[in-house]
Amino acid sequence: MNKLASGTFETSIIKVAGIDVEVWRAGAGRPLVFLHPGDGLEPSSDILQRLSTRYDVIAASHPGFGATARPAGITTVDDLAYFYLDFFSELKLRDVIMVGVSFGAWIAAEIATKCTEVLSRLVLADALGVKFADRMTREIADLFSVPQYEQARLLYQDGQKQNFSDWPEEQLLRLARNHQSFALFAWSPTLHNPKLRQRLHRIDIPTLVLWGAEDKVVSTEYGQLFAAAIPGAEFEVLHGAGHYAHIEAADGFMAAINRFAEGNSEAFN
Amino acid sequence: MQTWYFSEQSYQPAWNAVAGDVRINAASAVVDPEQAHRLLRRYIDEWVLADELGMNIMVNEHHATYTCMSVSCMLTLGILANRTKNARLLALGIPLLNRMDPFRIAEEVAYVDCMSGGRLEVGMIKGTPFELYVSNANPVNAMQRYWEAHDLVEQALSHKNGPFSWEGEHFDYRYVNVIPPCYQQPHPPLWLTTLSSSTAREAGRRGLVLAITASAPAARKAYPVYREEYLKTFGRPAGLDRFAFLGYVGIAKDRETGIARGQKVLDFVKATERTNQRFINPPGIMSIEDNARILRDGKTTSHRAKFLPDGRPVSPTPVAEEYIQNSVMFAGTPDDIVRQLRAFYDSCGGFGHFLMQMGGSLTAEETVESLELFAREVQPRLQEFGMKQADAA
Repeated sequence: MNKLASGTFETSIIKVAGIDVEVWRAGAGRPLVFLHPGDGLEPSSDILQRLSTRYDVIAASHPGFGATARPAGITTVDDLAYFYLDFFSELKLRDVIMVGVSFGAWIAAEIATKCTEVLSRLVLADALGVKFADRMTREIADLFSVPQYEQARLLYQDGQKQNFSDWPEEQLLRLARNHQSFALFAWSPTLHNPKLRQRLHRIDIPTLVLWGAEDKVVSTEYGQLFAAAIPGAEFEVLHGAGHYAHIEAADGFMAAINRFAEGNSEAFN
Repeated sequence: MQTWYFSEQSYQPAWNAVAGDVRINAASAVVDPEQAHRLLRRYIDEWVLADELGMNIMVNEHHATYTCMSVSCMLTLGILANRTKNARLLALGIPLLNRMDPFRIAEEVAYVDCMSGGRLEVGMIKGTPFELYVSNANPVNAMQRYWEAHDLVEQALSHKNGPFSWEGEHFDYRYVNVIPPCYQQPHPPLWLTTLSSSTAREAGRRGLVLAITASAPAARKAYPVYREEYLKTFGRPAGLDRFAFLGYVGIAKDRETGIARGQKVLDFVKATERTNQRFINPPGIMSIEDNARILRDGKTTSHRAKFLPDGRPVSPTPVAEEYIQNSVMFAGTPDDIVRQLRAFYDSCGGFGHFLMQMGGSLTAEETVESLELFAREVQPRLQEFGMKQADAA
């Protein structure tokens, strides 16, 4: 298992609706758009490499993450969702498999409640963003009440603190900046959009909800509620993984996506 | 130089009753309502005495903590507006980042200014980062929101001809209309606290009173920046009344007792340092560079290095003698204090307001005796500080 990898990988900058955006693209086949968690793109680089053996993988740093500046007008998850709709148009994508993890799954769910025209499959892994419990129960662990250097204890099944002492300065700056942008979007309401639950019924494409069995940020019960709120969504638990199932249970994650991507979408309708 | 008496209205019994956090996670069950009642009344009485002794008054606010029971500057000052006669009443300050309704801030400012007959002075400050966890205000866009709130309050206090509307990035009001208006026209003197030179520059551009709290190096750095910007903006040098410094005071007739009292004042500092690490650095407050350093270190450390003038690091828990060396505390006999203050005053180019913090675990008797001694033997000599400089100019 490889926790947040410190290695870099090649990205390029493109312009979408006047916004500079950093994109990693590799592989061939059906387009698969990956939406990264709050810590940015490169910690997920291993699974992206693996997915690119089978798909045309397109992974952007959300505006304000990675190498690009956050435009002043982009301040909410709603803004990010509309940005991605522009992003799909700009790249002329069709038949997209959209895969989001954690914060990225929240954004993906928001996108899919707005428009699914160019999407064919939705995969939400260990998603944040929806409020199910009563007002005095916090069901999403507050990732901002934990110092960034302690996050690994919450994110991974093994609960170990990660050592950043030998990371290159440039990578640490990116990680620190990503955390700040994540907080801008998700500080309050705490890691959710109170409106999203009532909009999930609008998602009209086949959806797979994947969950790390030992997720300490959002429980599997929460994942089941998430799946139940999306018409026809499948729910699958990945064992041996915490919140970052795409890293800790990468094999199961890959296999689940492959099986789901090849499924007959007609069966959904 | 004017003296302003300040204490944090602490609930000190909790510092010993509880081993861990004193804020955010702290249990209110530890606070005995009867004892809290007596302490709050005691603190008000101390400020009334300060007024009678010819001092000015400073109050503050914090939230969810044993170290400061004042939850609103304006509540405390609303009481003092009635209980005092002559003192200027300073709120330092109202934490704009954690108070989400600037219109209400403006209303309360105007009310207290009116009630006190124009004795109010107002610091609109940012507020401590860890209280963003209590107010839930977003830390990442904090400074833009701060200045928008600041502009809005100033506009609300100055505007006299019926309502105006405000449709800003962070605040939206149909009708902003403050009645009654301020007693002082257009509004009370405005203050600001900072430890950063860039905020000091903005304060100079706006002509706000610049208060530096408990950091001599910050004062030596920020005051010149302010002077430069003020001169550039207003075409005249900034008066001493534009500068304030907050330091701790321990005073007695003999040096040993004075320093021992200083040490008791520092019990407050010791308590405030018992803040859970997870709350002291909300994302977006420190720079990206500082946060990268913190990631590498694997622990949250202040960017403010704490050293003695000779380069040795300060002790892990506060020590009065070290605080004196660092010009953060002025303690001993009245002569000692005047000498220490004079040396610091000269080293930073002078300031017109000395904000004297006591409190900590001082008893009521010790506080009364300290205030009386300071008023009798220190204050008259501080008043000469500014005059000497004015003569020289």
